[in-house]
Amino acid sequence: MTDLTSLTIAEAREGLASKSFTSLELTDAHLAAIEAARSLNAFVLETPDQARAMARAVDAKIAKGEGGPLAGIPLGIKDLFATRDVRTTACSKILGNFVPPYESTVTSQLWRDGAVMLGKLNNDEFAMGSSNETSCFGPVVNPWRREGSNTTLVPGGSSGGSASAVAALLCMGATATDTGGSIRQPAAFTATVGVKPTYGRCSRWGIVAFASSLDQAGPIARTVRDSAILMRSMAGHDPKDTTSVDIGVPDYEAAIGKSVKGMKIGIPKEYRLDGMPAEIEKLWSEGAAWLKAAGAELVEVSLPHTKYALPAYYIVAPAEASSNLARYDGVRYGLRVPARSIGELYENTRAEGFGDEVRRRVMIGTYVLSAGYYDAYYLRAQKVRTLIKKDFEDCFAKGISAILTPATPSAAFGVGEKGGADPVEMYLNDIFTVTVNMAGLPGIAVPAGKDAQGLPLGLQLIGRPFDEETLFSLGEVVEQAAGRFTPPRWW
Amino acid sequence: MTVSVKPGKLIKGQTGDWEVVIGMEVHAQVTSKSKLFSGASTEFGGEPNSHVSLVDAAMPGMLPVINEECVKQAVRTGLGLNAKINLRSVFDRKNYFYADSPQGYQISQYKSPVVGEGEIVVELDGGRTATIGIERLHLEQDAGKLLHDQSPTMSYVDLNRCGVALMEIVSKPDIRDAEQAKAYVTKLRSILRYLGTCDGDMEKGSLRADVNVSVRKPGGPLGTRCEIKNMNSINFIGQAIEYEARRQIEIIEDGGTIDQETRLFDPNKGETRSMRSKEEAHDYRYFPDPDLLPLEFTQSYVDELKAKLPELPDQKKARFIESLGLSPYDAGVLVAERESAVFYETVLAGLADKARDGKLAANWVINELFGRLNKEGHGIGDSPVSAAQLAAIVGLIGEGTISGKIAKDLFEIVWTEGGDPRELVEARGMKQVTDLGAIEKVVDDIIAANPDKVAQAKAKPQLAGWFVGQVMKQSGGKANPQAVNDLLKAKLGI
Repeated sequence: MTDLTSLTIAEAREGLASKSFTSLELTDAHLAAIEAARSLNAFVLETPDQARAMARAVDAKIAKGEGGPLAGIPLGIKDLFATRDVRTTACSKILGNFVPPYESTVTSQLWRDGAVMLGKLNNDEFAMGSSNETSCFGPVVNPWRREGSNTTLVPGGSSGGSASAVAALLCMGATATDTGGSIRQPAAFTATVGVKPTYGRCSRWGIVAFASSLDQAGPIARTVRDSAILMRSMAGHDPKDTTSVDIGVPDYEAAIGKSVKGMKIGIPKEYRLDGMPAEIEKLWSEGAAWLKAAGAELVEVSLPHTKYALPAYYIVAPAEASSNLARYDGVRYGLRVPARSIGELYENTRAEGFGDEVRRRVMIGTYVLSAGYYDAYYLRAQKVRTLIKKDFEDCFAKGISAILTPATPSAAFGVGEKGGADPVEMYLNDIFTVTVNMAGLPGIAVPAGKDAQGLPLGLQLIGRPFDEETLFSLGEVVEQAAGRFTPPRWW
Repeated sequence: MTVSVKPGKLIKGQTGDWEVVIGMEVHAQVTSKSKLFSGASTEFGGEPNSHVSLVDAAMPGMLPVINEECVKQAVRTGLGLNAKINLRSVFDRKNYFYADSPQGYQISQYKSPVVGEGEIVVELDGGRTATIGIERLHLEQDAGKLLHDQSPTMSYVDLNRCGVALMEIVSKPDIRDAEQAKAYVTKLRSILRYLGTCDGDMEKGSLRADVNVSVRKPGGPLGTRCEIKNMNSINFIGQAIEYEARRQIEIIEDGGTIDQETRLFDPNKGETRSMRSKEEAHDYRYFPDPDLLPLEFTQSYVDELKAKLPELPDQKKARFIESLGLSPYDAGVLVAERESAVFYETVLAGLADKARDGKLAANWVINELFGRLNKEGHGIGDSPVSAAQLAAIVGLIGEGTISGKIAKDLFEIVWTEGGDPRELVEARGMKQVTDLGAIEKVVDDIIAANPDKVAQAKAKPQLAGWFVGQVMKQSGGKANPQAVNDLLKAKLGI
């Protein structure tokens, strides 16, 4: 009973069902943990009153045997998700104190299933970043530190708050979003499990848009099973999102423990980068060995257009972002910097409201869509995207069930350490993850080991469209072999 | 599709004749209950910002969902324009900043419109026609409205209209003078109204046109065009074209060149003036809207809509000529406005013998009714004489119960007092007298009383008309004129 926060969702579910503790107790334990961990800057808004009210309500339901699949489970919500009557900012100054009168589809499904909201989680401004340093609320701190060092490390991004909070036991799971790696990279940096579902699996309605054709919501949790439990509630067709797909949501949890015997797992040779740290190389081989030991067959595969993915991504995503962010103009909601003309109002508001990285991407996006440059950049990037998608299709057509890659090219780095002089240095973090978004495929990042300095490293599994189940089965094999990793508490 | 362009009226300049080349982009507001991508109402005239959904206001995280009714209307319109329907089309974002566009972009169709090439036949003076090619039709969102007169220092935004579906119908540059241009918009508007896909109300802004005008020596290379934006009256379109063509000719003849630019028409001064130059033109940075899937439907969906299309003006006109024997002119007048055609067909439906009286009914609708409506400033919708009443009047003439002359009196009574024409004829004794005995008695009496006139008439048969007048006068106009004539001829021996 002393350490309710260290339970997994699956364990808490049992405890709640057997009345070992109440949701209110579970919620209070997490609220206390959040309060004690403010130095991590994971939460940008704590909602204790709402959390307790939700917990009490769900306790009453549980007492009547009416609790849903997530009854009483306290979660954190990335600040990109609109939450009714609760400030939603995408961690941008431009949204100011925006309070939406609506609830995103994904979060409303979580509440429908009985989950409890603890508060809103920090992220890179408009989800643009790989270190959670672009947030207007300041950087999130990774609960992990290098052995024998006090250096503050980033949790990755853009879902840095989600990853940090889950790793530091501040919430049992969190919502996150992934446009180029924003779920999987922070999961890998914090030894949590992150799932980026197939494009169209979760509704985008009510999630502040970054790049519409790439954005996808998914969970971050501490175990593969927990992520599967969350996925079942988050997924589903939504008529309000034309790009969401109308196919049934399977019981993802049932995939946990399913045999992977005979599955063909692709090892893409193009992901073996020059100068890749030996530790990453080793982690990858180990992962392959674990899957082999579980009965899977390892096959070298080729994804020939991989090297074009990152440049193409950094054209497509900013292009869409430049248009998606045009609505933040100071006219209807959020920040307004007064001016004498409408043109000046836009300029003043947007100059004041957007941070450097957002401004950079809006400018890149505007440039690549401009007359005279459209064909050379945007159109070409879309062609590359088609080729990347085809690479994967060809691979899956050969009977490959999933593809195993490292999740990131390195472990977590220090705050302020990367991208200061050259933003591309930061963009390179997404090298293993962007292909998945470009192809619209599901991917999972699972903790698989530590580097020499004791920092967690993750492996990524990429699946066929709408075959998240296979990823959960394989992910659990990795998890079983690698064990679980919890950061020593220092905060 | 190649259309043979009808030459237009040339304009005389100092250096000879000039030809005007005109292309039009007509924005037609789609008739639908809700907006193109949101469930908000499209009703006109609500309190400012009362028909605005979260999507229309571009709140964070909101997504557009296509309104199928609007797609259906666009396809039906395409069919009405004899155009190619594209089974796959794409919505694009047209990016620009303005306070009437909350998203910061308009969702439109750029490279792949829902409707491709088509053509319509337009009616010109003197029974001439011209065929105008349609380049494309695409769906897009309307913008909101800025109110500049509510505050001395600020502008207000009304988003009621924001997101309402528009069809942009682009013509080919096949139009050659103001008359053709006006006829084109008139015909297009008529087709839309027949289809029920746009109410065509130009005063409310439901139908607006951008007019591209250039001039050239007949048969020469195309000149530089200017676009006259946002025309909301057919007459103004004519005036604007006349002015703009002369303006361009004068510039060229004075040795100048035409700048490609956007212009506005000032109806008070009857002039066009520059709004923005080509250099100031926006770079809209079009790209496919990633929030929307391509718009796809099957040929059978199109076929089904085609099967259910109403009869359009051209078909209706042909039918009136063929089956009722109307003159092409009369048929054209009747079908020009959907309401007129509906009125006429309701009159037809009230006739006992359409073959006998159909043509007569057309005369009455066009001459008596339209004439009177125009004179008194009524529309067909608020005509004091209903189609059923007019049918009854026409029927009474056709069957010989009343004469055409009496019918005019009857029409007057129905117009001012109302009532059932048949009962009125009965109650007020307006029936034509066809009883030969009764007429004969009157004829005999008049002949007996006027021996001098009889003598004159025998000498000069044209003078028999005096007797006809007397007989009609004594019978109160009710004597059958044919019977009177026959009797007089016999009695007077002429």
